[in-house]
Amino acid sequence: MQTQLGSAVFPRLLRRSLSYIPSILYSLHSLLNLFHFFRFLSNSSPQSQKHKEMASPFLSNTIISFSSSLSSSSSLPRLAPSIPFSAIRSKSTPRRILTVRSKIREIFMPALSSTMTEGKIVSWVKSEGDVLSKGESVVVVESDKADMDVETFYDGILAAIVVGEGETALVGAAIGVLAETEDEIAEAKAKAASKSGASTPSAPPPAPTPAAASTPAPPKSTPAPAAPTVAEGPTKTVATPYAKKLAKQHKVDIESVVGTGPYGRITPEDIEAAAGLSPSKKNVGLAVVVETKHAAPAKAPAASAAPSSLPPPVPGSTVVPFTTMQSAVSKNMVESLSVPTFRVGYPVTTDALDALYEKVKPKGVTMTALLAKAAAMALAQHPVVNSSCKDGKSFTYNSNINIAVAVAINGGLITPVLQDADKLDLYLLSQKWKELVEKARAKQLQPQEYNSGTFTLSNLGMFGVDRFDAILPPGQGAIMAVGASKPTVVADAEGFFSVKNKMLVNVTADHRIIYGADLAAFLQTFSKIVENAESLTL
Amino acid sequence: MHSTLSFSRATTVPTTNYAFHSQSPINLRFCGLRREAFGISILTRSSSGRVRLSTRGRSKRISASTGNNGTPPKSFDYDLIIIGAGVGGHGAALHAVEKGLKTAIIEGDVVGGTCVNRGCVPSKALLAVSGRMRELQSEHHMKALGLQVSAAGYDRQGVAGHANNLASEIRSNLTNSMKALGVDILTGFGTIVGPQKVKYGKVGFTDNVVTAKDIIIATGSVPFVPKGIEVDGKTVITSDHALKLEFVPDWIAIVGSGYIGLEFSDVYTALGSEVTFIEALDQLMPGFDPEISKLAQRVLINPRKIDYHTGVFATKITPARDGKPVIIELTDAKTKEHKDTLEVDAALIATGRAPFTNGLGLENINVVTQRGFVPVDERMRVIDANGNLVPHLYCIGDANGKMMLAHAASAQGISVVEQVTGRDHVLNHLSVPAACFTHPEISMVGLTEPQAREKAVKEGFEISVAKTSFKANTKALAENEGEGLAKLIYRPDNGEILGVHIFGLHAADLIHEASNAIALGTRIQDIKFAVHAHPTLSEVLDELFKSAKVLDMKTLRKMKS
Repeated sequence: MQTQLGSAVFPRLLRRSLSYIPSILYSLHSLLNLFHFFRFLSNSSPQSQKHKEMASPFLSNTIISFSSSLSSSSSLPRLAPSIPFSAIRSKSTPRRILTVRSKIREIFMPALSSTMTEGKIVSWVKSEGDVLSKGESVVVVESDKADMDVETFYDGILAAIVVGEGETALVGAAIGVLAETEDEIAEAKAKAASKSGASTPSAPPPAPTPAAASTPAPPKSTPAPAAPTVAEGPTKTVATPYAKKLAKQHKVDIESVVGTGPYGRITPEDIEAAAGLSPSKKNVGLAVVVETKHAAPAKAPAASAAPSSLPPPVPGSTVVPFTTMQSAVSKNMVESLSVPTFRVGYPVTTDALDALYEKVKPKGVTMTALLAKAAAMALAQHPVVNSSCKDGKSFTYNSNINIAVAVAINGGLITPVLQDADKLDLYLLSQKWKELVEKARAKQLQPQEYNSGTFTLSNLGMFGVDRFDAILPPGQGAIMAVGASKPTVVADAEGFFSVKNKMLVNVTADHRIIYGADLAAFLQTFSKIVENAESLTL
Repeated sequence: MHSTLSFSRATTVPTTNYAFHSQSPINLRFCGLRREAFGISILTRSSSGRVRLSTRGRSKRISASTGNNGTPPKSFDYDLIIIGAGVGGHGAALHAVEKGLKTAIIEGDVVGGTCVNRGCVPSKALLAVSGRMRELQSEHHMKALGLQVSAAGYDRQGVAGHANNLASEIRSNLTNSMKALGVDILTGFGTIVGPQKVKYGKVGFTDNVVTAKDIIIATGSVPFVPKGIEVDGKTVITSDHALKLEFVPDWIAIVGSGYIGLEFSDVYTALGSEVTFIEALDQLMPGFDPEISKLAQRVLINPRKIDYHTGVFATKITPARDGKPVIIELTDAKTKEHKDTLEVDAALIATGRAPFTNGLGLENINVVTQRGFVPVDERMRVIDANGNLVPHLYCIGDANGKMMLAHAASAQGISVVEQVTGRDHVLNHLSVPAACFTHPEISMVGLTEPQAREKAVKEGFEISVAKTSFKANTKALAENEGEGLAKLIYRPDNGEILGVHIFGLHAADLIHEASNAIALGTRIQDIKFAVHAHPTLSEVLDELFKSAKVLDMKTLRKMKS
């Protein structure tokens, strides 16, 4: 089984240190092989390759080293078709696998620790042409943790070294080729030659190679057109140490990133934004590998859809970096994707509210204050809607009801907070709101005044929007989107038609803590309060 | 700092070590027979005879020469005057009082010197904070222990306050301990005006002149700032400023990756900064055992928000001004060509320390400093321009540059007091441990592996290396801190310990078993029978000694025949 999967290496140090359980390791190893093998069989279509890749991190966590060298079975499809070794790829029936004739094996970069994504060849203990016997140390690999001797799993001749000393290769990439007999050396060398051309891009600096150029849509070959639009002068790219590390890790071309940090430098956040939020490291890395290895045409779209690939900018477009506020919004919005939300809408009759508004308007009361007050009063009766989920394990019930209200200010969005909105009366609330909006325009809001909200209100009714749905800001349980109030023909229980003002409100909530019935009950309360608007003035 | 490492090239005559002890009745264990070949060959030659012969007090040659050298006063104000109240001066003063000497200490700044006020002490306060921050921020680590902690944060002012409070507490402890013992603390800058004569006083005031039978120079050092670097104390700083922690920059470049640079990188990254190291040599952490520095780099540098440039000099550093960041120009150390320009928020200059010996009046007694260092022999006796010893004048600590460590200065001071009170004493610098208080810590004593190999080749003996891992230590695993290595370099033929290097949890505290063994001449075959409490981190060293293979007599004889 191992033969077919091509796992030719075995980290010696690990075996040494765990020598008291070698049998367990062995059996686990073969079990894993089996597991992987069957996955392979069942996913024999080319599209399934990517799924396989994604499965490997899971495997590599369970058993530190071998699994990832196993996952290198994914590299099979990149072999040139002329090589008999590729029998598995072309024919996936078990019988054919058992009759594989070729004895040319690749030596893969093993995963020497659970966090290792790439390894550096410290030295080759053996040189090309050396005869190896099973268990002999072949190469010393430096992982993120230590140097380890890696030994061969098979007897054979080291036909070719693909990744030289001092060079780096991704876990699972071929670093050398092992031939079983001398006759096969030439063939193995040819294979190695095709490999070294193709495998260089797997090393960290993804230099454009002929291989990459021939792929349909190489997402990495864009820096040239990007440069003129990015550069704002003769200054070179400045990136912070962590930004560089992240870029390497997430395979982001740092030259194509626009820095938003002080003095235009590229910050870790910029790289994260460019890489998309928390993409699984392995996933990204391997997707790139697959793509640069003469991927089958069917796979190319999948590869170029990888989060790391930025589409080339349209010529003549301008790149305007985010302002601090826009960056914050962007960050929050991306963060919100990690929360499972749902939405419940409710029609609310506003005749009473409108009448009240006309009455109190001369006293400086705004619609925002009315809605905030109504929401706050409803929240007081439904504390769960005012709660939040901070850690995914518990409810955090907020003792205050602080209504954040979304406001658009030049090119940005900010949410000034009406603190204790349930306790303040309408007039105080309106006055407070006026102050907050003035401060927001002058950019003088204190953090406490925009980040202490426990519930958010967003109103687009003034634009005539009849309904919309809002994104739940991180750290809060629910947000209410309020549409315009419009005269609507309604039929009552007796079948009499009448015209009433109705507005649609739509609440987005975190379903980890707030369930459908909670929201429905809250909206019902809210609707009652609005329909009996006089209670708002109490 | 780097210069401290060269001491280890001093030669040892291992076989005579033992014989020497039996002849010398006093202080026999501490007397290593190491000649300090600190780049002063004349000295070694001129004093070599004395090194072998004198076992008692000062040699005749010195006392004979005193009469010809100036006119020393007949009676003295003090038995001993120490110029500089740092850790070295303090250690000497305390020991002098114990020996019954009437002692004064002259200090122009604050008691405690660099270590207490601008060095080891406040930095430990910052490192205590960074260690805890690191632990609290390591979700993985906390989870493994089953702990739940919500986001860790810090208050810069509070952290700075802790460092400052610690320094003033230790400073007052030092001052009180000397006052309580009756050491006179004389305020002002001390200058040697002639043999056994010192004047001191504040700038602009009249000087007082005092006389003493013996004088110790212990004026220490100041941060060394290479040419082209403009220190403004705000964005381009030295360790003096950094310890005040007046701001935590987003991105700081640290010039020099020795102890000081490493410790600050630990502090800054724990507080959220990103760090760029600039190292003139080809490797980070030069001076550490290569294996240790390689491992340390994997743990202390690579996973953190740190990058580095090696083999380059920071030839020009301009502080942030006029809306521009700090600009650092890097020049290739070999080709001397401009290599890169960095733009960062701050730069910390940690390129080592320069002796503080200006204005000491050394010219009055015909002493010429070497790169600022006061030349001394292996007994800390000051050597004049002609290569002769200056009677009754000693220099200890950073000012002589033998080993720029606070505890080394103190040990040298004690050694001098032993000598002036009639007991010969030579400090074995190879038994002085050193530590770097990163998380985890690094510590070492004696030779590094390459130094030991060089020496072994030169002197024709074999060396062996033994290693143990913290991963095998119960206590380390209980703390979930299994990352670490202890390394022993020894002679398999006689069991002599040549060097021990530790990287791991509490390494700085663990090194003393090894340094004491070296100081006392304990051999591996003896120390391996010592018992260690279980489970403790000290078992790492226990394992280390037990894993060393010292050849027994039978095997040795067989090898010879």
